[in-house]
Amino acid sequence: MPTLDPVIWFFVLGIVAGAARADLRLPASIYDFVSTLLLLAIGLKGGVELARGDGGLPLAELGGVLLLGFLLPLPVFAVARHLGGLGRADAASFAAHYGSVSVGTYAVVVAYLSTRGIAFEGRAPVWVVLLEVPAIVAGILLARGLSGEIAWGRLLRELFLGRSVVLLLGGLAIGWAAGPGGTASIQPLFFDLFKGILALFLLEMGLIAAAQLPTLRRHGPFIVAFGLLAPPAFAVAGALLGRALGLSPGGMTVLATLAASASYIAAPAAIRTAVPEANPALPLTASLAITFPFNIIVGIPLYERLAAALAG
Amino acid sequence: MEHFQRRLLTIVTEAALERELLAEFDALGVRGYTITDARGKGGRGRRQSEWAQQGNIRIEIVCDAPLAERVAARLRERYYDHYAMILFLQDVSVLRPDKF
Repeated sequence: MPTLDPVIWFFVLGIVAGAARADLRLPASIYDFVSTLLLLAIGLKGGVELARGDGGLPLAELGGVLLLGFLLPLPVFAVARHLGGLGRADAASFAAHYGSVSVGTYAVVVAYLSTRGIAFEGRAPVWVVLLEVPAIVAGILLARGLSGEIAWGRLLRELFLGRSVVLLLGGLAIGWAAGPGGTASIQPLFFDLFKGILALFLLEMGLIAAAQLPTLRRHGPFIVAFGLLAPPAFAVAGALLGRALGLSPGGMTVLATLAASASYIAAPAAIRTAVPEANPALPLTASLAITFPFNIIVGIPLYERLAAALAG
Repeated sequence: MEHFQRRLLTIVTEAALERELLAEFDALGVRGYTITDARGKGGRGRRQSEWAQQGNIRIEIVCDAPLAERVAARLRERYYDHYAMILFLQDVSVLRPDKF
């Protein structure tokens, strides 16, 4: 039996219970609460590191990470179109999902690195924010072109004021302003309980992933192949960018994991209203039922080794 | 007690559409509505409410018949093709006609 982190077993429990149709359902408000705590904890942790003097965000890093977010959707679109035989709208939707990121996967890589005592840049939550939005914009452009009748103002407002962006940046700002000493009073809830909260989150994610299994049976091979092959390829791109930007091995691991992850919250919501003719089930199923489990169980340890190898 | 006839328009659709629909209602002159989380099964599969992302909502609007028809026509024209959506109309009695 591989030495999986116990939090991962909660995910497995969720999948098994969901697939077996066990009488297990967390109320929506619990999922909201748990994910709010996770997002704030991730932001706070980064903010505290920043306050310790981790330094600001270099301009090259800002540009490099944003560019990665805009570029990742392009190969996804091409592969989904030509190898997957998908229509333009569905291929663009895949591009948005796989170019964007998953905060859940980020939380797992943070826990993974912390458990092993591997340091990474405190500003990493900013990468999450930088990678979340561009791919969604690129995906919508791929579907609609520049002339499409998209209410960009409203769309961008919703993306930038989305829960994850607000809570991550808010947590980061509070952690930075309060510093290591100032956050001592909220330490028990946000830091000490982090892995317990992550375990509950992953239990729910397992149930949600299991709910996608019927779609998986209907649209099988392409989703499975794509969901398994895209993450390692993108992880290499993320790790190489991290190396070029001079990140620590931990930072490279985080950037590789983010590049490998696929969105299942921000992208589906934005694409559903901006590209309604795309079938929402295809990329969501690939992201939730294939890529997310692959990344948290197999991918992250691989990406960590890749980063260590690249760092020499 | 005097009763007044109004129409109850009930819409069951994807939670992802909520904001967009509320903007439509405002533009059409709807004065009030009630929204509840919903779950169920339909032509586009089983929809669960425990995860807002894939959940359904049920919107109820009580208004006069012409407005109910306008809202129904607009939703049918704009959303029926690509979204999970059903709507139905019923006659209801209200006590305060100025409210609806």
